[in-house]
Amino acid sequence: MSRQGYLPLGDQLAVSAEPLVRRLAGITPVRLLLNLLGRIATGRGPVIAVPYFWLILFFMVPFLIVLKISFADQLIAQPPYSSLLEWTGERYLTLKLNVANYLFLGQDPLYWKAYLRSVEIAFFSALICLVIGYPMAYAMARADRSLRGLLLMLVVLPFWTSFLLRVYAWIGLLNNTGVINNVLLALGLIDRPIVMMRTNFAVYIGIVYSYLPFMILPLYATLEKMDLTLLEAAEDLGCRPFKAFLTITLPLSLPGIIAGFSLVFIPALGEFVIPDLLGGTETLMIGKVLWDEFFSNRAWPIASAVAIAMLSLVLLIMVFQHWLQRRAAEPA
Amino acid sequence: MQESRKPEPTAAEPWKDPAAVPYIRIQDVTKKFGDFIAVNRVSLNVYKQELFCLLGGSGCGKSTLLRMLAGFEEPTAGSIFIDGQDMAGIPPYRRPVNMMFQSYALFPHMTVQDNVAFGLKQDHKPKREILDRVAAMLDLVKLAPFAKRKPHQLSGGQRQRVALARSLVKEPKLLLLDEPLGALDRKLRESTQFELMNIQDKLGVTFIVVTHDQEEAMTLATRIGVMNLGQIVQVGTPKEIYEFPISRFVADFIGTVNMFEGRIVDEDNDYVRIASEEAGCTIFINHGVAAPPNAQLCVAVRPEKISITREAPANTAENCAQGIIDGIAYMGDLSVFNVKLDSGKLVKVTQPNLIRHAEDEITWDQRVWVHWDPASGVVLTT
Amino acid sequence: MSRGVHPSLWAWLVAGFAFLYVPIGSLILFSFNKSKLVTVWGGFSTRWYESLMRNEQILGAAWLSVKIAATSASLAVVLGTLVAVTLARFGPFRGRALLSGLATAPLVMPEVITGLSLLLLFVAMEQAFGWPAGRGTLTIIIAHTTFALAYVAVVVQSRLTGMDPSIEEAAMDLGARPAKVFFVITLPIILPALVSGFLLAFTLSLDDLVIASFVSGPGSTTLPMVIYSKVRLGLSPEINALASLLVLVVALGVAAAGVLMKRAERTRERDQRMALEQ
Repeated sequence: MSRQGYLPLGDQLAVSAEPLVRRLAGITPVRLLLNLLGRIATGRGPVIAVPYFWLILFFMVPFLIVLKISFADQLIAQPPYSSLLEWTGERYLTLKLNVANYLFLGQDPLYWKAYLRSVEIAFFSALICLVIGYPMAYAMARADRSLRGLLLMLVVLPFWTSFLLRVYAWIGLLNNTGVINNVLLALGLIDRPIVMMRTNFAVYIGIVYSYLPFMILPLYATLEKMDLTLLEAAEDLGCRPFKAFLTITLPLSLPGIIAGFSLVFIPALGEFVIPDLLGGTETLMIGKVLWDEFFSNRAWPIASAVAIAMLSLVLLIMVFQHWLQRRAAEPA
Repeated sequence: MQESRKPEPTAAEPWKDPAAVPYIRIQDVTKKFGDFIAVNRVSLNVYKQELFCLLGGSGCGKSTLLRMLAGFEEPTAGSIFIDGQDMAGIPPYRRPVNMMFQSYALFPHMTVQDNVAFGLKQDHKPKREILDRVAAMLDLVKLAPFAKRKPHQLSGGQRQRVALARSLVKEPKLLLLDEPLGALDRKLRESTQFELMNIQDKLGVTFIVVTHDQEEAMTLATRIGVMNLGQIVQVGTPKEIYEFPISRFVADFIGTVNMFEGRIVDEDNDYVRIASEEAGCTIFINHGVAAPPNAQLCVAVRPEKISITREAPANTAENCAQGIIDGIAYMGDLSVFNVKLDSGKLVKVTQPNLIRHAEDEITWDQRVWVHWDPASGVVLTT
Repeated sequence: MSRGVHPSLWAWLVAGFAFLYVPIGSLILFSFNKSKLVTVWGGFSTRWYESLMRNEQILGAAWLSVKIAATSASLAVVLGTLVAVTLARFGPFRGRALLSGLATAPLVMPEVITGLSLLLLFVAMEQAFGWPAGRGTLTIIIAHTTFALAYVAVVVQSRLTGMDPSIEEAAMDLGARPAKVFFVITLPIILPALVSGFLLAFTLSLDDLVIASFVSGPGSTTLPMVIYSKVRLGLSPEINALASLLVLVVALGVAAAGVLMKRAERTRERDQRMALEQ
């Protein structure tokens, strides 16, 4: 894969900007930081300033750097990217924005296929989690009060054990010489092993398995606090139980469904470990593409551009989720 | 309903004495939250050892006023003086004021004793003194045997007394009580009311109580300030508020009242006659009214001040109307009659049930006379 | 009040739990396998536990991971609590929305992005100020603190908003200054949230592969990184043994927490009965 070649389009923007440095001081976070440092004198100043400083330095600035490097050129150097700002002449600072990385993302089918595949896998995994998790959460919420704590603990317990080791467990199950194939062969149900490892199927299994608790917990929370007299009222008014479920329980658990869906969908979208350990060459997920660009190809600018594109996708989904949640919260 | 307080021989009614110096002075205090005006230009004087009740519905600004006295909110405008000291800019932990919270706000991780001792520890009082004062206070509220318990090991009434002890132990100049009896059930509330009054008598602390319960205010207060829409609409003793409300709002808010719209037809310094179509008669009131002749106004008559008879009274010309019994509610100690006057107006009349089983009781659909004394009506112009 | 649940739902629930626990069960089962083939049973043996105990690489990585997790969880509890207090108690101030956004964003951020961006920051910082010199334990701790503090902030903030605000006002009313109110009243009340925040942060740090891979340097290989490199090479019974030990520790911890909670609940019930009897 060559990403060195410049594209015929004018992909280098050169901006001469002398006042740029002065303007930096006007950028909101910088101003806020100065403002906050000024408040340290008052009692609650440090309480706000310390975590604020930490988060700006270790969370927000890194993204600005990613954004910056996504516009840089690939160099064979340490670090392997070019600088955006250069002094030309005596007082002119030149800002070179190299949009080639983004154009490359759009042109190489590898990337947008990986995007589409990630969205597809994340969406269907979340859907499968919902289908499996809803009846489980429902049964748990309607179980005997004394039993509920135990059931809840059983759902949460896998979360406290290692994620990596739980994915590893599936390798032992799904391998050609794995437990499932061995059992099926021994029972005579199949006469040659089914190939499951390194397929999309294995990735779905891995994601659903790992994130099922994140679906069950919010569903359980909404179903458990639901006022059961509503169902009694519905039945009293002549509604059959299944219809009561469809018209009362399901709409009222909508916030839980949305929360659970996004709790599975969003992390699955950027998943690296599962497609890497269980997936095959066909399973191109964006998290794995980023990892490979960075570690295998040392293509920092491209990896940065992939990250920015991925981040935009996550933001888009978050906005959509907020909109849905607000709509679900206030019906009518 | 109005068990009035025993008149106090020492500081009886200092608000009537122009020379008396108010202990708490609230001057033109306004509090805005954004565009919402919670408290609107309130001025109020409270005197030493008073038990003053701020009475009003939810959202009337009474709690905001209380929180400004405690220092949790700063007034947007106006000032507050306590014992002559301006409270502007003084944080809650430096005010000579303590508060008893509606939720009691007991520290859940501390015992009763530690809860009560908390305030004294903040003042770095000697250990011995703290122990003695806490013990005395727990005795006063009858909680000495429970000193080592945590709040969740107490009943609602006991928690209420811990909260009271905790706020009193620092001997504040002013004690603020936010719905002090609101969380108690009815029986407990009645006995606690009197306990609260006894403690206040004994310690001589000035109390300001916020409540939405008019019965509570009537029982406890030396004076009541009725609040509505961020303003104090009337200040007076419970009796003044009940018998001489100055506006339709107060008359209607405190107790039950029958209101008759009317017009002045005849007046002098010591009487007024009002023609009322609603009442279906002329209403005669035996005192003068500061209102122009022909003014449209309203006469309020309390249900217990109206008599109900089957025979016509001696004077049927004034303060007297005929109607039909439309409904009766038996309340035990008294009965409430709904009488539909010939004018169509519905009038409430209460009669004490003096005899266990009256032979010839007034009953449904009977035609009756309702009539009242010239001193019973109150003229309301606003 | 309990409503009848259709038996098929119970069957579904049992099947769901089977799905969740069969892989873990098989992991444990084959950790006692005599054969080196992880998926073929060759008789009972504890040899893999013995070889695990002799594996310096795994033990060293595990110890490093625990140290990193303990340090970053402690830092995350302090910073996360400060964020939670700021958001829950300080009312509106300029920059509040940004802080709230910054504090919750790590929850939804894909790990690869967090890892990449932090690495690029460390590289840029080293170029600009010469600090942190190279990548290693310190950079992993910073990275883990940053994303774990978001979880702590959420847990503590919900505890703070659930707390009756007049309890703090009462303390202030009785003469305690704001700092004293926080340490004597607020902190003991929200302590359970701090503990669960710490455990959460500790687990997240101990479990993290992706971010650590980005920001670690030579000589700072954490346990997940060792596991990952071994797993990539194929199945290893030692990893099964390690996983079984981890499951054992977690199960014991959760069971202990369950017993403690049950006991606390019983005491509480007894106390309430006692209160009502007066």
